[in-house]
Amino acid sequence: MTTLSTAGPTTPAIPPIPATAAPTPDTRLSQEIRVAGMVWERELIRYTRNRTRIVSGLMQPVLFLFVLGYGMGSLVGSTGGFDFRKFVFPGVVAMSVVMTAMFSAISIVWDREFGFLREMLVAPVSRMALVLGKTAGGATVAAAQGTIMLVLAPLVGVRLTPLLVVEVIALELLMAVMTTTFGVFVASRIQKMEAFQVVMQMLLMPMLFLSGALFPLNNLPKWLTVITRINPVTYAVAPLRQVVFAAQDMTPAAQARFAAGVTVFGHTLPIVVDVGIVVAFSLVFFGLAVRGLSRTE
Amino acid sequence: MTSLDIRSPGPAAGGGRPPAVEVRGLTKHYGDLVAVKEIDFSVAQGEVFAFLGPNGAGKSTTIKMLCTLAHPTSGRAVVAGYDVVSRAKAVRRHIGLVFQEQTLDDQLTAEENLRFHAVLYGVPHDQVDQRITKVMDLVALSDRRKDLVSTYSGGMARRLEIARGMLHTPRVLFLDEPTIGLDPQTRALMWEDVLRLRQEEGVTIFLTTHYMDEAEYADRIAIIDHGVIVALDTPDALKALVGADTVALETADDDAALASLKRAGYTAERTEGGLTAFVADQEAAVGPLVAAVGVPVRTVRAHRPTLDDVFLHFTGREIREQHADAIPMFARAHGARRR
Repeated sequence: MTTLSTAGPTTPAIPPIPATAAPTPDTRLSQEIRVAGMVWERELIRYTRNRTRIVSGLMQPVLFLFVLGYGMGSLVGSTGGFDFRKFVFPGVVAMSVVMTAMFSAISIVWDREFGFLREMLVAPVSRMALVLGKTAGGATVAAAQGTIMLVLAPLVGVRLTPLLVVEVIALELLMAVMTTTFGVFVASRIQKMEAFQVVMQMLLMPMLFLSGALFPLNNLPKWLTVITRINPVTYAVAPLRQVVFAAQDMTPAAQARFAAGVTVFGHTLPIVVDVGIVVAFSLVFFGLAVRGLSRTE
Repeated sequence: MTSLDIRSPGPAAGGGRPPAVEVRGLTKHYGDLVAVKEIDFSVAQGEVFAFLGPNGAGKSTTIKMLCTLAHPTSGRAVVAGYDVVSRAKAVRRHIGLVFQEQTLDDQLTAEENLRFHAVLYGVPHDQVDQRITKVMDLVALSDRRKDLVSTYSGGMARRLEIARGMLHTPRVLFLDEPTIGLDPQTRALMWEDVLRLRQEEGVTIFLTTHYMDEAEYADRIAIIDHGVIVALDTPDALKALVGADTVALETADDDAALASLKRAGYTAERTEGGLTAFVADQEAAVGPLVAAVGVPVRTVRAHRPTLDDVFLHFTGREIREQHADAIPMFARAHGARRR
């Protein structure tokens, strides 16, 4: 062990402390962006490396599409050639986006459990850059997952146009941003892995089922109407369905029966308002997520 | 007590350079509990400084305050030239941290983990690759660079974390119980890494440990107990404080041997089953001592006070050993005799 003993007290010639220039606001901003980009990249690496996650993320919505679509479809019947499968398709795409985004965001709980969250939180970077990167990452993988679902469109007779695909991807991204920021906020408050399952059951499932993804929100009992109108996901599902329906041939009767938009006090909200509400929720959740992460470490 | 003379520079202290860590009256309360009580010390640049104490003595609390992860109740600490309270972010930029628990993403490769860290700590673009190559070489993991961390053993992961801690060229590397849960060979490897880092990068190393044998690697040791530093000096000086080296002999005729030794000017006494001579340096003394005995010698055992003796002396109890199996390796590494 001579190498060890010679490395003792007297040996090393210590270089002087290098002079480090204080970062200017400009370099600080580009540094924050670089960090957000890295967090985003990690999210993508983890997503693409985890094949089972991609497949299982597809299985559940596919199950809903076919089980519900055919099962309920025979019960509901069709109006002017428009059936329940076509109605539920955009909802199932939305479900897949929301679940993927939520899963991506809530992986912070895993990061906490396995320590990597600490590596991020002790670094000299702002929480905002971390949440921004996480949101961008969650949105990207969720929109990707939702877009993969579009290959099922011909199977249920939903017509796709290039414009529609672009619109759908844009709305998926928006929906995913809201879900991810919400998920990060929730995850920042969860300290234990066990709580994760509970949150998924108590929050995610009701939010999906009561969003209009699987059934029209008209003519519901009053209490249920109130709950669905409070649910942020409702305002993300409606525009997606509206743009999909706009590209289909629908009779007025079918439009009335399978309503796409959200009605509030008898008025159907235009897409712009829905989108505005989703953006507002996203900003609030983003702020809460940054604050939630700042409380730890 | 000379060991508390905190102003005496460490052995590796360079002429007039500001200390890497400077602590004055640092205190941390958790409610009614006083975790750390008015501790003072300073660590010179390039020094390997160990905080030694049992679990719950205040080691982790101190290291957390120095790394800006816990807010001091009172007192002051300056790390790498920055105040830990008012310049917390500057401190974090200039320190490396290796925690007790693993903080790697095992779904990423080693290189991806390091790249992530490089970005977090603002390592300039054009230097990232070069630094990754350098630190992977330093911990001898270059051939595993592209492998997923999930394929790493515990020891490799720990060494990768040390490499990562060094990636952004910190001035001070903090290691909180770095070898906990590692097998003896891995510990020895890790220490080689750490000392190589110090030599090549001139980094100051601050570590906490509750392993005596590990503290031997440090230039200076602070023994902390109940939130107070009870002793602070080089390992040798601490041992010298506790008592002299001894050589225990068993001879054919112990009485005659004792008489001979006393005639030769040694301080010695009869002990159970033999006699014990008190000497300045046990290793150098054995030869002349045996020659001076004058009767056939059956056994010779030289003993130098260990850090266990030191710890016992200052705290009145033995340090809790949780991984006693690790000790023989370190004992061998230092040529110390078995107890």
